[in-house]
Amino acid sequence: MTADRDNAGREETSRPVLSVQGLTIQVATPEGPKPVVQDLSFDLRRGETLCLAGESGSGKSMTALAIMGLLPQPMARIASGSIRLADGSELAGRGERDFRDIRANRISMIFQEPMTSLNPVMTIGRQLTEVLLEHRACTPAEAPSRALDLLRDVRITDAETRLKQYPHELSGGMRQRVMIAIALACNPEILIADEPTTALDVTVQAEVLELIRVLQREHGTTVLMITHDMGVVAEMADRVIVLRHGRQEETAPVRNLFAAPQTEYSQELLDAVPRLGQAPARPAPERSRDVVDVAELCVRFPMRGGLLNRVTAQVHAVEGVSFRISPGETLALVGESGCGKSTIGRALLGLVPWQGSIRIDGQQTAGLSPKGLKPIRRDIQMVFQDPGASLDARMTVGHQVAEPLVIHGLASGSELWDRVEMLFRRVGLTPDQMDRYPHEFSGGQRQRICIARALALGPKVIVADESVSALDVSVQAQVLDLLRELQEEEGLAYLFISHDMAVIDQVADRVAVMNLGQIVETGSRDQVLRDPAHGYTRRLLSAVPIPDPEHTRPPVLPREGEVGSPVWPLGQGPARLPMAEIAPGHWVAQGAPLKVA
Amino acid sequence: MSDASIPVKSDPSRGGRGSVLVRLLRRPRSAFALIVILTMVGAAVLAPWIMPYNPNNQMFDGLSLEGAPLPPSSEFWLGTDLLGRDLFSRLILGTQTSLIIGVLANGIAVLLGATVGITAGYFGGWIGGILMRFTDLMMAFPALLLAIVLAAIFKPSLLIVALVIAMVNWVQMARVIYTETRSLAQREFIDVQRAMGASTFRILGRHILPHLVYSIIVFGTLGISTTVLLEATLSYLGVGVQPPTPSWGNIIFENQTYFANAPWLVFFPGIAIVLLALSFNLLGDALRDTLDPRLKGRH
Repeated sequence: MTADRDNAGREETSRPVLSVQGLTIQVATPEGPKPVVQDLSFDLRRGETLCLAGESGSGKSMTALAIMGLLPQPMARIASGSIRLADGSELAGRGERDFRDIRANRISMIFQEPMTSLNPVMTIGRQLTEVLLEHRACTPAEAPSRALDLLRDVRITDAETRLKQYPHELSGGMRQRVMIAIALACNPEILIADEPTTALDVTVQAEVLELIRVLQREHGTTVLMITHDMGVVAEMADRVIVLRHGRQEETAPVRNLFAAPQTEYSQELLDAVPRLGQAPARPAPERSRDVVDVAELCVRFPMRGGLLNRVTAQVHAVEGVSFRISPGETLALVGESGCGKSTIGRALLGLVPWQGSIRIDGQQTAGLSPKGLKPIRRDIQMVFQDPGASLDARMTVGHQVAEPLVIHGLASGSELWDRVEMLFRRVGLTPDQMDRYPHEFSGGQRQRICIARALALGPKVIVADESVSALDVSVQAQVLDLLRELQEEEGLAYLFISHDMAVIDQVADRVAVMNLGQIVETGSRDQVLRDPAHGYTRRLLSAVPIPDPEHTRPPVLPREGEVGSPVWPLGQGPARLPMAEIAPGHWVAQGAPLKVA
Repeated sequence: MSDASIPVKSDPSRGGRGSVLVRLLRRPRSAFALIVILTMVGAAVLAPWIMPYNPNNQMFDGLSLEGAPLPPSSEFWLGTDLLGRDLFSRLILGTQTSLIIGVLANGIAVLLGATVGITAGYFGGWIGGILMRFTDLMMAFPALLLAIVLAAIFKPSLLIVALVIAMVNWVQMARVIYTETRSLAQREFIDVQRAMGASTFRILGRHILPHLVYSIIVFGTLGISTTVLLEATLSYLGVGVQPPTPSWGNIIFENQTYFANAPWLVFFPGIAIVLLALSFNLLGDALRDTLDPRLKGRH
């Protein structure tokens, strides 16, 4: 990585491969044109990685789309400014036909969601050869072998088989590799990567970032990376442009930016980034009683197939999980996507059928009817990941916060509205916002509304399922502060479900790491995050990007054994892993829950 | 669903019904649609007083000396039909029949279709399976044939005609609502409601239905035009509205053989049907946009 930076330094004098001058992009709104990018200028130097960093609405993606000639027509347009390639050709104002030669040949782009970027009804091989032939990069006879070379280039295992497979048969990381292979098919000078790893698990993210770095070194490609994640910036960038509301806040080499940010906003942005291992110590809550007591929880989903659509297999989403949470304590559930962590939260709220035992504040909920469950629901509430999706778009937010009180018959008339007002104040909103609809609020405000709604019944436990993952870092920090404050004042217990190790480091008292439906390691935050004992935990931690350019992350630890699957034929199931206590309260599973072949 | 009523707090930003009407009138297209519909409703209600002639009177001077119908003139504004009856009077009385059929038949179809769609979509499982297979069965049946059979079994009357039309028209509505409800039921905000312990009735009434209102309005208004046309077809086949009661449909079909010589006999009722259908469609579109809180103030 250091070699890259030296290279970039040496070639600084050469002509930029892309030069953007005074770029202004306008979007049509009912109130007239509104600029989303204003007077943006930068040069992209050969072989470097330039990061456009910023929060949502900063115009970073719009900039990328403008360079690719992909601005959504007719709402957005380049109002002024120029975008020039190294040979002096101007891109701004070009027609669709001219752009076709530029795309793939000279500039390529990869997007956030590899599944939606790939055509689901075409094999990987056909999608690759299509690009090659479309741009006349080779003859039809050569195409299959070129496609194979490209897949090998992006380090996909079993490349011959992959060519015949469809996108849904590949994992997320593999799909993003295919996207990169397609993007690099015609050897472009510039690769634009728009949040390429945001939708991926942290270990896969580390692998994909590493791949981009290697390919960049091999092909001499210049990378324009768009990201909101300062950890990714620190790991990838040579230079950074910080954008805010479409304006260029600061442009600096990555080390300078992290060491001494010049503008107040960059400083704020960097301060808000949660850093793994730097969270302050939390006082240990006294473990008087358990407000949540889960024992031997199993959630299995049937998979149908074969003759007469019978149940032929089961997804063992959660397999024999047990944990306890006491009042005022936060237990964090960590794991990669598909490990069953969200399913546990949904089981706690009775949203999925489950087996085992769940006690909320001493009351057993197994086998209760919806009616019998209703009083227990007052004690446990949930805050979901996407506040936009968990609010009803057609109901005022005031009514939505009032709903739990009405459903449980706890208040009516003026008392109801007094309580709703209080809840709004409690989460840092003003009562005059009660009559508005969800779409009139920002993401952070919406999440506050969801928290107010969850608090309405005065619960003892809140399940926070990725509750801050969709928020910008600065907003994330505010919402985490709010959650912490509520916990201190009301003695709330949290089950905090997240994939983000740095966030968990901030909020958790205890951590449980999950893999394939089972807990592989559990203990206090310091035990699990500072002194991980299980291979899976170590691997997860090794993949977390550190927001510090001086820090060179060691390569991600290799996976132990093969990737397991939670799908088992009927009547079979994974072996329960025996847990051993290696230190007081620090339990580690013996072995990995792998499928025995 | 008694627990479903949250007391409405005074809300200056939203206003009541009046503001919806004002917003509709502000848009030229919906204002036009409203005026057409109100005129037709007015004509239907006031028919006995505004008809210039008795619509069933076969007037001696309503035919030419050769026995041909008369073209529009100052005496007979829209001309006369084959039997020498005043077309304008018959058209006004026909408005009554067509509007009643259009609103009643379509109302029943919407109600039935939406109920089946929501039930099947939200509950799924075997309830949904049975309901939707029945809907598919109805869809596979030729609608006109079914209507003829039903109308032949029962003694034709306005109510029966409306019911028969509703019976064949609810299936499309059920399909659309079913699909939408299915995707709504899997959305996160419905999970939130279930996690809060909201009753099924409450979820359906307060969180699913408001999201469906827009499809219901659009499909409901689109259905009005098909309904009026289906009534015309049935009347033509002799199983719809029985003569001498006029409806727009049976006026067209009574006179279509004479189309080449007396085009006004088909033209004017045709215009009336098109205007009604168009107005309801325009109104439906406008209502959908006006009622959506996310689009408020954009037009």
